[in-house]
Amino acid sequence: MGIKILTEHINVPGIETLEVYRKHGGYRSVEKALKTMTPDEVVEEVKTSGLRGRGGAGFPTGMKWSFLAKPEGIPRYLVCNADESEPGTFKDRVFMQKNPHALIEGMITSSYALGANTSYIYIRGELMFVLRILEKAIAEAYAAGLLGKNILGSGYDLDLHVAPGGGAYICGEETALLESLEGKRGNPRNKPPFPAVKGLFASPTVVNNVESIASVPWIVNNGGAEYAKIGIGRSTGTKLISASGNINNPGVYEIELGVPVEEFIYSDEYCGGIWKGKQLKAVVPGGSSVPILPANLILKTAAGEDRLMSYESLSDGGFISGSMLGSGAFIVFDEDQCIVRNTWNYARFYHHESCGQCSPCREGTGWMEKVLHRIEYGHGHQQDIDLLVSVAKQIEGNTICPLGDAAAWPVASAIRHFREEFEWHIRHPKEATLPGAVYRGQLAEITA
Amino acid sequence: MAKITFDGIEVEVEDGTTILQAARKIGGSVVPPAMCYYTPLKGSGGKCRVCLVKVTQGSAKDPRPMPKLVASCITPVQDGMVVENTTNEDVLNARKGIVEMLLINHPLDCPICDQAGECNLQDLSYEHGVNATRYEEERRTFNKVDLGPYIQLHMSRCILCYRCVYTADQITPERVHGVLGRGDAAEIGTYIENVIDNEFSGNVIDVCPVGALTDKTWRFKNRVWFTKPLDAHRDCPTCSGKVTLWTRGEEVLRVTARKDQYSEVEEFICNTCRFDKKETKDWTIEGPRHIERSSVISANHYELPVLNVPIVPNLPSSTKKKLPQH
Repeated sequence: MGIKILTEHINVPGIETLEVYRKHGGYRSVEKALKTMTPDEVVEEVKTSGLRGRGGAGFPTGMKWSFLAKPEGIPRYLVCNADESEPGTFKDRVFMQKNPHALIEGMITSSYALGANTSYIYIRGELMFVLRILEKAIAEAYAAGLLGKNILGSGYDLDLHVAPGGGAYICGEETALLESLEGKRGNPRNKPPFPAVKGLFASPTVVNNVESIASVPWIVNNGGAEYAKIGIGRSTGTKLISASGNINNPGVYEIELGVPVEEFIYSDEYCGGIWKGKQLKAVVPGGSSVPILPANLILKTAAGEDRLMSYESLSDGGFISGSMLGSGAFIVFDEDQCIVRNTWNYARFYHHESCGQCSPCREGTGWMEKVLHRIEYGHGHQQDIDLLVSVAKQIEGNTICPLGDAAAWPVASAIRHFREEFEWHIRHPKEATLPGAVYRGQLAEITA
Repeated sequence: MAKITFDGIEVEVEDGTTILQAARKIGGSVVPPAMCYYTPLKGSGGKCRVCLVKVTQGSAKDPRPMPKLVASCITPVQDGMVVENTTNEDVLNARKGIVEMLLINHPLDCPICDQAGECNLQDLSYEHGVNATRYEEERRTFNKVDLGPYIQLHMSRCILCYRCVYTADQITPERVHGVLGRGDAAEIGTYIENVIDNEFSGNVIDVCPVGALTDKTWRFKNRVWFTKPLDAHRDCPTCSGKVTLWTRGEEVLRVTARKDQYSEVEEFICNTCRFDKKETKDWTIEGPRHIERSSVISANHYELPVLNVPIVPNLPSSTKKKLPQH
């Protein structure tokens, strides 16, 4: 049983109320930071902790904070990115729903560190029930003097707002989020200027993921050095993983970074093994936007070492044999799952969610989806496979925001690791389109 | 000032200049193409991605190359920067791919399109396109929409460059159109078939790089290369009144703003000049419009004065045609 930083009290009855939350040590970091620490000291603790952004990119949070411009007379903002909408990712939703005060506490402490007097939690519009939970918790915090003017008599003021988004995946991209928060169409902005210089309402802004912000109170309470002791290498601390797919125990788990992937999949503490005792076929370890890995590569790195649940280990091998920890959405496929159908399904999502601002993403995502649809439904040609690789390459790296990469990687990696399955679909259109038809290697070739 | 090297050519530009503008200072064939960037429109650029270039050296202070291709229209130069455009294979391959993407849903109806001959996409495809398409799927089509008495929107041709949206936002008093929908289902629209009705609305036609927004008073009247462009002006209370008249014989078929070599308008003009003043007596003619020799529009247009030289020198002088003196 590893250390729990975020989920220690998550199942305590009534933890969503201020009273119970405070009984379990809640808001201690606010008192400590506001009364005994300067904002810069809080930033230093976060830097020392080595906390990396939990939204997917894994950029060091303390370093991001230190980039924040601090011009005189211009407000600064902290925006919590709670627009969680990537297929397979549901950790923030569960966390906010069960423990809203933990996020609010993180928002207050982090806002203080950044010198922000107005902060926002930008939440996906569909999660209206979570928004209500957060609003209720915020009202409790205001009533207790933890938000508003002169918090706990420290002289620090903070207003916290929850803003529901319009329900577009692209609004999870930080600059599109800021556009949406300003009431505009959620299109990503060109960078530079970066939000740390010119963000919300043209003011310096930090955008952080829910989990990143919620980790700050523990860091302030226990010190950044303590946090850095948890985890492995540059992957410090704990991480929420939303595990789904063909496993016995789907759900949200808090792991110490560095747990072996094999242990995560097969131990009863976490996923509990593959559903119905079937064979593991593939894993998408960090949300649908990261490259898929076949069973052999998800359990062992290219060098033959145990693959660990950490930023470095999962990316080992680059895009040839590696993947990414991403947002920590761990999606498991058993031997009965069709990779072609799954890839088409992902492509369908990215086609639907592309904002349409830049040409390669707007046109390329639709093109890939249509070709994959053809292959899946028995109308593909052999050259379609190379066409998909080529289109994915044309999109990758050539777009304004990372959505282009997110759309290209699942397709490119699926073909890289499961090319024969695509070929089989094309060569055997009748068999491949039958319900539940799955390529099983040589056996399928013989019986077809 | 910053000194940069662009395709091996050194150029010195002011700080804050973008790579594209620095390349335009050099001019000629090294300049990256631009479909969405438009100098007079603030915030434009970065969308079409055809101006991507490779920065092989970030600056003199930090010589590391930039990891990805960058959009030259929005990336500011830094002293010591080294940029590759036509000399970099990755750039040319990426551009070829992007042109292919742009042409996926753009109909190749140049033979009947009013923009033919002055279409940026046509030029771009000629330089960077391929002869055959790999796209077999169904293409996006829309019905034509009348945006009032002067402008027709043919959304099937739109490449979503957003220029018209920026124009309406920045130079017209009110904006009634924008981008609706998402991804490849996005479209320029006026919500419930509204009318773009203000004195500067016609400028959206000029900024459109393709034939998506066309002038209804000009549609199907002629081909642009059969007309003669003349610079002209009038004393207009609303705009500068400096325009280009597109004439055939004595007839003024079309009035547009004057555009530079990168197809960007020099000064936006009002609708009265554009749509209502269609007779030569309304204008003071300044002379033929300079058109690049490489453009199809320059066909049959002679800017230089015709020299008074005998066409057939050996004929008796009585038979020689009297040519006008200049």
